[in-house]
Parts: sequence; structure tokens; C-alpha cells
Amino acid sequence: MLNRMTLQILKQVVEKPFTNLFPVPHMPDNLGEVLKAAAEGRVQINPPVEVPKHFRGKIAYDKGKCIGCRLCTRVCPANAITYIPEEKKVMVHVDRCCFCAQCTEICPVQCLWMTEEFLISSYDRKAQVVVDSGKKAEEVPQVERIPSEAQRVETSAPEAASS
Amino acid sequence: MAVGEAKTYKIPIGPVHVGLKEPITTWLEVDGERIVDIKVRPGAIHRGIEFMARERNPIQVIYLAERICGICSFAHIESFVRAVEDAASISVPKRAQYIRTIMLELERVHSHILWAGVACYTFGYDSAFNLGLLLREKVMDVLEAMSGNRVNYGVGTIGGVRRDITPEVAAALEDLIDYYRREFAAFYEVATEDPITKARMRHVGTLPPEDAVRYCAVGPTARASGLRVDLRWSSPYEAYADIEVTPIVPQDYMGEVYGDVFDRFLVRVLEVYQSLDIIEKALLGLPKGPLMAEPKLPKLLALLKAADGVGWSSIEAPRGDDAHVIKLTKGDENVTWWKVRAPTYANIVSWPIMFRGQEIADAPLIVNSIDPCISCMERALVVDKKSGSSEVLTKEELLKRSREKTRRLMGR
Ligand code: SF4
Ligand code: SF4
Repeated sequence: MLNRMTLQILKQVVEKPFTNLFPVPHMPDNLGEVLKAAAEGRVQINPPVEVPKHFRGKIAYDKGKCIGCRLCTRVCPANAITYIPEEKKVMVHVDRCCFCAQCTEICPVQCLWMTEEFLISSYDRKAQVVVDSGKKAEEVPQVERIPSEAQRVETSAPEAASS
Repeated sequence: MAVGEAKTYKIPIGPVHVGLKEPITTWLEVDGERIVDIKVRPGAIHRGIEFMARERNPIQVIYLAERICGICSFAHIESFVRAVEDAASISVPKRAQYIRTIMLELERVHSHILWAGVACYTFGYDSAFNLGLLLREKVMDVLEAMSGNRVNYGVGTIGGVRRDITPEVAAALEDLIDYYRREFAAFYEVATEDPITKARMRHVGTLPPEDAVRYCAVGPTARASGLRVDLRWSSPYEAYADIEVTPIVPQDYMGEVYGDVFDRFLVRVLEVYQSLDIIEKALLGLPKGPLMAEPKLPKLLALLKAADGVGWSSIEAPRGDDAHVIKLTKGDENVTWWKVRAPTYANIVSWPIMFRGQEIADAPLIVNSIDPCISCMERALVVDKKSGSSEVLTKEELLKRSREKTRRLMGR
């Protein structure tokens, strides 16, 4: 029976896939094995696609630059930022963060910013607390860091696969 | 209702699915295969969002409002910030209004295409379902390009928007409009030219216009019953004041109105085209100017702290009217109270009318036809009048029955 659906299916056979490529073409019998093999470089997997331009990933914090004004704690919807009175600095609990980027907008000295990192789950709660990420890659404004991002994705792909 | 009358049944309400949006228990009272009555028990996922808002300031509550719903997250933000703007008398720059309109329409396109696909899935038309999801991917990509994320876009803020429509995004939007004008027809034809599809949706879950009025149906559910209701038309907000929107009702396209699932399908599909037109017009007329009324956030916080009063807002979300009311008190930074009225609740009241006299196999389709959260079906309890047994039908069983009916109709 030749109807619209048949035509559609035929069309899809020749068209290139609409969505991003999967890491491997077919679901392997043993996912763990494949990931291990990929980490060791025995199997080639399609790397993750680049994150979009305005992507809001794990937060980064330049402690040295922070002036302790506490404005960020006032707008954080998830109460993910705590103030340390002794040091007059803050720390960010990424496990609470909802990635809204509101704190980065209110910070008067721009010492908070969103990175493109998204594979951040871990068993260690302490790894989820951002205390200091050092200086931001200055000169380069945040939105134009896409090339370096592409490199980062490539270098971290095996590591991502193994985690 | 008859369930409670004769004798009381102990209801084994399953664990609340925290991962899903709206788990609602529906008890179907059946006589053999016919549904005699249905009882709806919402309230399983009361998260106290409005209470949480009371210890947060309006800027923080934006993100709480965003998380009321995963699909219409922007509609909720929009309604919330409009209520706050109403309470604090903030006027929004024109460009921001247009960008909000475009976001709202993109969200509508996304929601309706997803719904249409899932509707096909519930009666076993999997190829149409997959086609629907394929089509939806385009709008997700554009939303991602514009906002950075696929869900919870974080685009709206009080007094404006946080993301601009850059030339690249505008190009992506134009591409999206072309793509859907070209490709969406296939889905529509696939779904409607098929006699089985029509048989499954026609005269199923009928909601007559009088009942739609009486039970206050909203959005596409009401429009499918032939009522001309659309807030974008009757009380335009944002850029809808400049862009004409007429409510889409089946009688204008098919000549007559049944108020059944097919009509709801039709209305949603036609609304996708309408949204494309609106996006196109908004893009053409996109004014230049600032994005926010007050870009300095500390100043905005101070302004909101000084605001006093109740703010109202009601907008046309993909599923119907979404109303937010908020009270701000002078000198108090936090929201005093906040009330949300989402469209699904208004539409669920009409379920008993739609269900009466239908078959159990149609239940998933009817439940789905008002576009609620699909998790409702997970704990539907069927009370069989004749055998007196009560069994809990899981979503899978209901789906199986629904698909068996399709097969019966296909004659195999
Ligand atoms: S991104 Fe949002 S949730 Fe995360 S720390 Fe900043 S303000 Fe808080
Ligand atoms: S807003 Fe910026 S400067 Fe102020 S406390 Fe937070 S991180 Fe530090």
C-alpha cells in the first residue's frame, strides 16, 4: 500500500539522520565493555556534540576577585550559595544549583560564570562544592570560547565515557 | 458519584511518581467494557511551590515558576512575570515583548507536536508517533540555540527577557518556519488520511459545546468544542496586540463541530500553523530597543521591595488559560502570596462527560486528549460493576487494550 507514510519512510532511508549521532551505531550487548574499550582507545565512538552558545553548565567562581558583597546569595533561587563570614567569601553547592545563571548576572565584579561542563555527577559530595576555580580565561569573553570548548570536549571524551 | 454510593472501596494509590508532572488518580466505573462513570482525584503531586515562594523574592521565584511544568515552562514564567510587573507597575520594552511572544509560540509548537505524536502512540500508530518526535526535534534545536538549554530556558525575567534574538537565531527561526511549512503537512496527512486513525478519534470523548461552557473547559479543549475562546484574541498581551490572532475552531475548517478527540487533534495541528504565522510576523516586526526595563538587578530588587499590591495575569498557554496572581508587600522583599491556576485542572473537570459511554480501550486517548500529564493513567482503578472486582489497570494494560481496539478496527 503506497501512502504518505510509506513515502515518508522511503525518504528517511536516503536522508541523513536528523538528530545527533549516537556514540555507537547500535546498542551494544555490553555497554560497560564498550565504554571501557573506548576509554582505552580500542573502539572509536562519536564524541558528544558541542554545547550550544548560551549553555548554562557547572558554575565557576574566582575567589580572589570576589568582594563578598553577598548579592549572589540574594538572588539564588535554590539557595545554592553560602556565605563564609570568616573569609568574607562565598561557596557554591553545585548539587543544589539549578543552572539559572542569575548569580552571574548580578555579581558586580563578574567573578561567577557558567562553564560548559555538564558531566558533573559524582559519588563525592565535596566534588560538588565550588570553592575556587581560579581566574577566568580573561581576555577571551565568555561567549566566544567555543573553539577552546571543542578541544575540551575532545580531550574529555574518553574520560566522560569511562565515568 | 456511584463509586462512593453503593459501598466504599479501599483505593490502592500507588507511590507518587515524583519524576512526572501530574500524577492523577482516575477511577473508572465500568459495566463490562462501557465506562459508566469516572472519578478524578488530583492532588498527588502537591509540591507546595506557592508556599516555597513565600521565602523567596520575585527574582528567585521566576525559576520556581519555570519548574511548575516542563513543557510550558516559559508560559508559567511569562504569566508570573506579568503578574509581578502588574503589581510593581513595570512596563516592558517593546523588543522584549516581541521576544516573549516568539518564545511562547515556539513553546506552543513544541507542545502541540509532541501531543499529536503521543496521541498517535496511544492508539498504536507508532510510525506517526516517531514522525511527530522527529518533527519536534527542530523546534527543540531552535529553542536550544536561542536559550542554551532544551528545557527550562531561563529566558524571561521581570521587566524583560535575558536572551536576545541575534541574527543567527533569527535565521534559525526562519529556517524553522520553512521546515514546518514543508514537513508538517506530511504528519497531518499521515494521521488524518488513515481511516483507522479517524475511526479511533471520531466520536470518541465528545464534549458538547454546552458542557464545555458549563464545566469551564479552556484552551484547545474548549476550541475543539466549537467555542471561540483564546486569550490571545480576547485580551491580547505582549505582541499579540499588534498581531491578529483568531481562535481556531473546527467549524471554520470542517464545516461542523463534534467536540471529539479528532477535533482536538485538528485544532492543535492547525494551531501549529497559526503559531508559525505569528512567529513570522513577530520576526518581521521585531522592534529595536533594550531587552530589560531595569538591567541593574540590585536596582530591580529594590524596586520590587518597594512595590505594594496585587498583580494579576492570565495568558494562553499551550493547554489553555494559565493564571497567576501575586501579592507584594512594601518593605518585604519576599513574595507575600502567590496563586497559580494551570489549565489542566480546568480541563480535567470535563473528563466525566467525555468518558461516559466510552470503552475502556478509549480511556488512554481521552485522558490524553486534553493534554494532561500522561502519568495520570498509571494508577487508574477499574471497578467492574458486574463482577464486583476492582483491579488496578496499569498504563501498559490500558495501552494494550487501546492498541487491541485499533487492531480490531483494522480487521486483524
Ligand atoms: S546558577 Fe542559579 S541556582 Fe546556580 S548558584 Fe547561580 S543563582 Fe544559584
Ligand atoms: S555577588 Fe560576586 S562579589 Fe558579591 S559575594 Fe557573590 S561572588 Fe562575591
